[in-house]
Amino acid sequence: MSDTMSTKRLSSLAAILRHAVLLLTGALILLPFVWMISLSIKPPGEIFRASFSFWPSQFYGVENYTKALTEAPLPRYMINGLIVCSLILVLQILVCAPCAYALAKLRFPGRDLLFVMVLVGLLLPHQVLALPLFVFGYQLGILNTYTALIFPYVVSPFGIFLFRQFFKTIHDDVVHAARLDGLSELAIVWRILVPMALPAVIAFSIFSVVGHWNDLFWPLIAVRDQSLMPPPLGIMVFKNEEAGNDFGPLMAASTLIVLPLVIAFLTAQKWFVEGMTGGAVKQ
Amino acid sequence: MSKPLALYGASDGPSATSGARTLPSRTAFSADRRAFAEMLIAWTLAGPAIFFLLVLFFLPVIGVFVIALTDWQFGARSLSFVGLTNFREVFADAGFRTSLFNTVIYALIVVPGTVVFGLLIALLIESGKSCRSFYRAIHFLPFMATLTAMAIAWGTLLHPTIGLVNQTLAAMALPTANWLGQENTALPVLAVIGIWQNLGYAMVLFLSGLKSIPQDLYDAADVDGADLWFDRLRTVTLPMLGPVSMFVVVVVALRAFESFDTVKVLTQGGPGHASEVLLYTLYRESFEYLRTGYGAAIAVVFLIIVVTLTLVQARVMDRKVHYQ
Repeated sequence: MSDTMSTKRLSSLAAILRHAVLLLTGALILLPFVWMISLSIKPPGEIFRASFSFWPSQFYGVENYTKALTEAPLPRYMINGLIVCSLILVLQILVCAPCAYALAKLRFPGRDLLFVMVLVGLLLPHQVLALPLFVFGYQLGILNTYTALIFPYVVSPFGIFLFRQFFKTIHDDVVHAARLDGLSELAIVWRILVPMALPAVIAFSIFSVVGHWNDLFWPLIAVRDQSLMPPPLGIMVFKNEEAGNDFGPLMAASTLIVLPLVIAFLTAQKWFVEGMTGGAVKQ
Repeated sequence: MSKPLALYGASDGPSATSGARTLPSRTAFSADRRAFAEMLIAWTLAGPAIFFLLVLFFLPVIGVFVIALTDWQFGARSLSFVGLTNFREVFADAGFRTSLFNTVIYALIVVPGTVVFGLLIALLIESGKSCRSFYRAIHFLPFMATLTAMAIAWGTLLHPTIGLVNQTLAAMALPTANWLGQENTALPVLAVIGIWQNLGYAMVLFLSGLKSIPQDLYDAADVDGADLWFDRLRTVTLPMLGPVSMFVVVVVALRAFESFDTVKVLTQGGPGHASEVLLYTLYRESFEYLRTGYGAAIAVVFLIIVVTLTLVQARVMDRKVHYQ
């Protein structure tokens, strides 16, 4: 009797301890976000004051966010990010899905070789390819354009791999039935398999969009004009050139750049975890 | 690979009946034709992907090796092969050796830090039923937040005068520092940011590893008298997490070797060369100084490290499959 009592007390103590530790680590993890938002609504005088409080005594958010949106071409950066990410994603799916179908459902000489190519492609980090791709882009005369930001990513070995894995789990009878119904091979890919593989498509879309929205390395190499810069490159230039020590607007701009993905993440957490871990984590 | 799939298979309708009525030689002929048609379709569907894989992955990777063996400078009209001169230059360069050394140190802080904290948080989350997805969301947030923007926020957090870190330390009468501006702190502080960013990633991988441990093992451990949480952790949980842990170590190591954004935004490799890491050196030599051959040689070294780590990971994954 007393034994179970003490076990119970022990387990409720453990539960409290669990929440205490996780709330503490959670607070530390969130600290940079909280700090960023806090500075983004403070006037310069309060930012440079020694004492810290999250909420400012004088709310300066309107001024900071207005400055962030007007002094730097922040809306331009966001639109660039949107254009680049969506074009990359559409092209990747258009190129990868038919190839994945061929690998998963068709028999042809060279299929194993093609799959090895995909696996080797998975192995190659994009930073290694940057130099030849830069030279290539220069010779084609496409540097400093949207095309420069997009072309290295038209095909995604990971996309082909993921779609292939998913297509293989779809029964061959589905494909046979579609053929009997007179569907062309392309129609089978787009009207039957891709809709059936929607979870893989969503996971890949998140993987691709998050990766390219956040990428700094290639945009840094590919474009010079501010009007073409995606958000990470844009905010870096904003920090170096204009904002300097004007932390309020700089933090406001950072907040606005981080915000779209954070909102998307909080509304579709399960999908994000799966997509961002490359399907290594299945919910 | 999978079971054979006949595109216009014998049991598949009109072609089957006509096939049955024709002579054996005709059947063989039409089977050939079917195979040919299937190949044509496959190559057409895969064609664009094959083309772009060749142009955007395979030619560039060959290109990197070729450029690394030449004295070519970006924009120059001529080049000549110089053998391994670039590699000799790279390894003779104290700057590069510092960069490689820094990257290893950075990884040696980030990998254990990320793995240990990721595992602890995953164990804590899994040890109770309440608020699981809430805690998971919080800890995962840095992994998908734009690192460039968050690095700028970290920069102000670590700012020598207005930063919260120094303000807090000063309030507790502890010594403060110019964290990103001092040679002895810049790299470790960047590594802390690296842990902060990747911890959630390790956590979700561990969480999925924990979920895949069969309940019978815990029941068996109970029968064997391992009824305390710690006993179960020691006898069941940790051994069963072995393969996942190896996977996490390699994946986090890969991410550590590929770190670039925080260095570019916060320190530019400085002060001195204190926070110079491999990818930053690669970027600067190739695209700022336009030392193309030299940059390509660094890219080759980087590629060898990444490929080695990935192959280790592939072997680990193989073993994991056998394990289960």
